Amino acid sequence: MTGIRAWILQRLTAVYMLGYLLFLAGALARYAPDGYPAWRGMLSVPLISSATLLFFTALLVHAWVGIRDVILDYVRPAVMRLALLALLGLWLVGLGIWVARVLLVVWI
Amino acid sequence: MRTNQPRPVFLNLLKIRQPVTAVASFAHRVSGVLLFLAIPLCIYLLELSLSGPEGYVRAGAIVSALPARVLQLVFAWAVFHHVLAGVRHLLMDLDIGTGLAAGTGSAHFVTVAGGVLTLLTAGWLFL
Repeated sequence: MTGIRAWILQRLTAVYMLGYLLFLAGALARYAPDGYPAWRGMLSVPLISSATLLFFTALLVHAWVGIRDVILDYVRPAVMRLALLALLGLWLVGLGIWVARVLLVVWI
Repeated sequence: MRTNQPRPVFLNLLKIRQPVTAVASFAHRVSGVLLFLAIPLCIYLLELSLSGPEGYVRAGAIVSALPARVLQLVFAWAVFHHVLAGVRHLLMDLDIGTGLAAGTGSAHFVTVAGGVLTLLTAGWLFL
């Protein structure tokens, strides 16, 4: 991934996540879930479910850029760096599949 | 001319007086890594809370337990500092506050504000 692409993705995802946190505060104020039915109900609202799935996507992309920077800064042996970056990628994609399931199961 | 002597090296980061900008930057990195480690825990709790009424109650119980609250306080600091320092980065990307005085001042603000918000959260979590 080129430097400029990583830089842009890091900023874009950050801005989206900031906006989502405000959105979430509003949703929690409006729905004020006080038990399982209300909580599940709130997360089944398509707008909220979609925005949340997007949030996690943004989070995982943002985390990829950040942790990749940490690995590039501190891990000097090239083979070790490659292995760790590959593991990081797998880990984040796995988390993405997991959270997509959690949210879509509720939605569908 | 002396024969080749090794150059003096002093890299004990803990003994070098760090400027506030360095502290803010390092904390930004540390908080980022902490939040990265928290992601699977959050997804797990989300899944549990959506799995059914018993799951919802169990998730609530896990989150209110004392050791969990201590952990939440640490992650709360991580969120506050990472977001505040992140916004500082975004503003600097737009050429806002890039001078030395402004940069030092904003680093100070971010560090103190993060601490204050964490203290308030501690009050909310434990009182």
